[in-house]
Amino acid sequence: MSLLTIDNLSIALPKGADRALAVKDVSFTLDKGEILCIVGESGSGKSMSANALMGLLPEGVTPSAGSITFKGRDLLTLSDDEMMALRGKDISMIFQEPLSALNPLMRIGDQIAEVFEAHDLLTPPERRKRALELLHEVGLPDPDQTIRAYPFQLSGGQRQRVVIAMALALEPKILIADEPTTALDVTTQAQILDLIEDLRKRHGMAVLFITHDFGVVADIADRVIVMQHGEVVEAGEAETVLLNPTHPYTRALLDAIPALTFRDSVEQTAQPILSVRDLDMTFTTRTGGFFKKPRVVKAVQKATFDLYQGETIGIVGESGSGKSTLGRCLVRLLTPQNGVVEIGGRDISKITGDALRQHRRRIQMVFQDPYSSLNPRSRIGTILTEGLIAYGEDKAAAREKAKELLTVVGLDPSAMDRFPHEFSGGQRQRVGIARALALDPEVIIADEAVSALDVSIQAQVLDLLADLKDRLNLSMIFITHDLRVAAQVCDRIIVMQRGEMVEFGPSAQVLGNPQTAYTQSLLDAIPGKAHEAALAKQKEAQL
Amino acid sequence: MSAFWSRFRQNRGAVIGLVILAIVIICAIAAPFLFPRSPWSMVQRPFLPPFEMEGLPLGTDALGRDVLSGLFHGARVSLLVGLVSTVVALAIGIPIGALAGYYGGLVDDALMRFTEFFQTIPSFALAIVLLAIFQPTLAYVILAIAIVSWPPVARLVRGEVLSLRNREFVEAATLSGQSNLRIILRQVLPNALPPIIVLASLMVATAILLESSLSFLGLGDPNVMSWGYMIGAARTVLRTAWWLSFIPGVAILLTVLSLNLIGEGLNDALNPRLRKRTS
Repeated sequence: MSLLTIDNLSIALPKGADRALAVKDVSFTLDKGEILCIVGESGSGKSMSANALMGLLPEGVTPSAGSITFKGRDLLTLSDDEMMALRGKDISMIFQEPLSALNPLMRIGDQIAEVFEAHDLLTPPERRKRALELLHEVGLPDPDQTIRAYPFQLSGGQRQRVVIAMALALEPKILIADEPTTALDVTTQAQILDLIEDLRKRHGMAVLFITHDFGVVADIADRVIVMQHGEVVEAGEAETVLLNPTHPYTRALLDAIPALTFRDSVEQTAQPILSVRDLDMTFTTRTGGFFKKPRVVKAVQKATFDLYQGETIGIVGESGSGKSTLGRCLVRLLTPQNGVVEIGGRDISKITGDALRQHRRRIQMVFQDPYSSLNPRSRIGTILTEGLIAYGEDKAAAREKAKELLTVVGLDPSAMDRFPHEFSGGQRQRVGIARALALDPEVIIADEAVSALDVSIQAQVLDLLADLKDRLNLSMIFITHDLRVAAQVCDRIIVMQRGEMVEFGPSAQVLGNPQTAYTQSLLDAIPGKAHEAALAKQKEAQL
Repeated sequence: MSAFWSRFRQNRGAVIGLVILAIVIICAIAAPFLFPRSPWSMVQRPFLPPFEMEGLPLGTDALGRDVLSGLFHGARVSLLVGLVSTVVALAIGIPIGALAGYYGGLVDDALMRFTEFFQTIPSFALAIVLLAIFQPTLAYVILAIAIVSWPPVARLVRGEVLSLRNREFVEAATLSGQSNLRIILRQVLPNALPPIIVLASLMVATAILLESSLSFLGLGDPNVMSWGYMIGAARTVLRTAWWLSFIPGVAILLTVLSLNLIGEGLNDALNPRLRKRTS
């Protein structure tokens, strides 16, 4: 018999939502010691299913049919008190954002001890001892130190380890992991996946792993459930689903994963369009107190490269490597301390005021978050024409141009009179791209422009960018943490680590034959490589 | 807009507040038509209790003036003072807060120290001092109230602008070559509006209370009939003719209450995400 059986579960959304049921007729089982992955894009109902399991549905959302059977009891019929006793002890959960899952004002040791306290187990000294053991178990360096640390003193990966330690405290039968690695760097993600795999083996836990990333699925899952619009469209053994998907949606999702293939470098024109020399950016923050030394972060050091017409340079690295800071220095949202940023033969790293304003149209940016990069109170038409009008364009001409741009990025010109919230994430990102193009810039900087999007949308936006690049001969700097994406769109790649450029060269060379251990570690951490190899083999066999 | 209204309507208190305020506004508008005679003119013997004489339903005060007429004309003054002083306070507070929040650094320091200078003085005491210096006309009463009530606006706007300044859409506007003034007016302030509207509705209520207090102390404009003046004039006869203080007191209470209820409703309607607590 299975450990957990979910039978025809339906979850109703409140009136006025975009669909009546968040989850419709979902059935699956979870066995002891297995990792079951639920995959789907945002809004597919994957997290709702997990929350129903924990009795943590948001207000107004209720299970309307079906049952969740665990230990012979239907979890949906349990009272709040019974559910509370169950949580943590039998079923526990880890979340996407470890920082908000931890209490910022509580030391790590106390947070773990609190789990025992909540279930009235052990004496305080024993709780502390267990906390220390748990920190050992999840592989935190120096547990004696960590137990006294506050969450902000730990890195993202360390925090996620603490959250896992808390989830493991009472040796639950089931661990629910809701996108536990999405907020982490690839290398950290690989470590956390290893840890979950390892713990599952040692404790025989069943893991319900929710993710949008098929690479992660390929690395960790025993079985897979694919969800779309609240329904299960495909389920089965991981290998079967990944190599021989039957449902078109699964196939589309798999196809949308950028393959690790490289582009050939473009021919370099004689004159670089953008030329960066010895760029330094250092942040100094006063941490209170006159006598304390200010904190100095060297975000970018001695960045030097040339960008040629029609070329895309990728800047990759982990969070905190300075890649976004470098991008911000280039568009002059930040002013670098040292160095030269030459565009069209003019150094723009020091200019200010009106000269800077006049220059801005030559280098534009596409932002990461399609939700916060468009003013929620402006119509799309206003958003697209503001820049042109600021540069003295006639209003009617600006509107004409904006309409053209909307067509170029694949939106209907009628979008002009609508507000940003009427569009989906991918459509908004198209508006963001249209805005960047509006001023006919010579260089476009895309800062994690596709990281906030679902894979299938991501693929569409990447296609759009590639198409625009060919048609308009754009020169682009593409900042990303995702090496797959970088491999797909970039001609040359800069690898950054702690503010320094550790490697720079054609994509095929940097990713195919990395020269530094750091680049190698980034490459090794990319999830789903084993699957890719299997896929290649399968193709070969078919030929 | 219709979504806003349907959220506003969900708060029953806010709808009641709106009804009360509408009645007060109608009274204020109707005053010169229903009571064309000056509210200062004596119409009957003094201390006529309410409901005793036809045509004078609320009786007369210590000098034989019509209380109902005073109440209607007082509504004009209270609303006028409340609204205009709030507008003036916003006109001072929003630019100061926006500049401080947007530019930060030295500008922020200078403007916020200036704001704190006003905040450290008890506002009522400052208003009394200002009116002692100025002439006690309605315009100066309004100015005095505005001067003591703008600092919270500046602080609120500064906080909002600080959190909006680093949003990506503001950065995008910078990159598209828009000037700072334009960015503040077109990108930042429209998004800071909801909390300002809520604060403003509460400020109208506070201003009405302040004006009443000042008139009670005899510092108001001696030529206009206001609710505060009516209470102040009746305080010596509180034990013999309590209704003379009670009736305008109730008027102040209801008006202020209605504005607070509306403020609460606006808060719920404009910040739907924060509305969890009223379930």
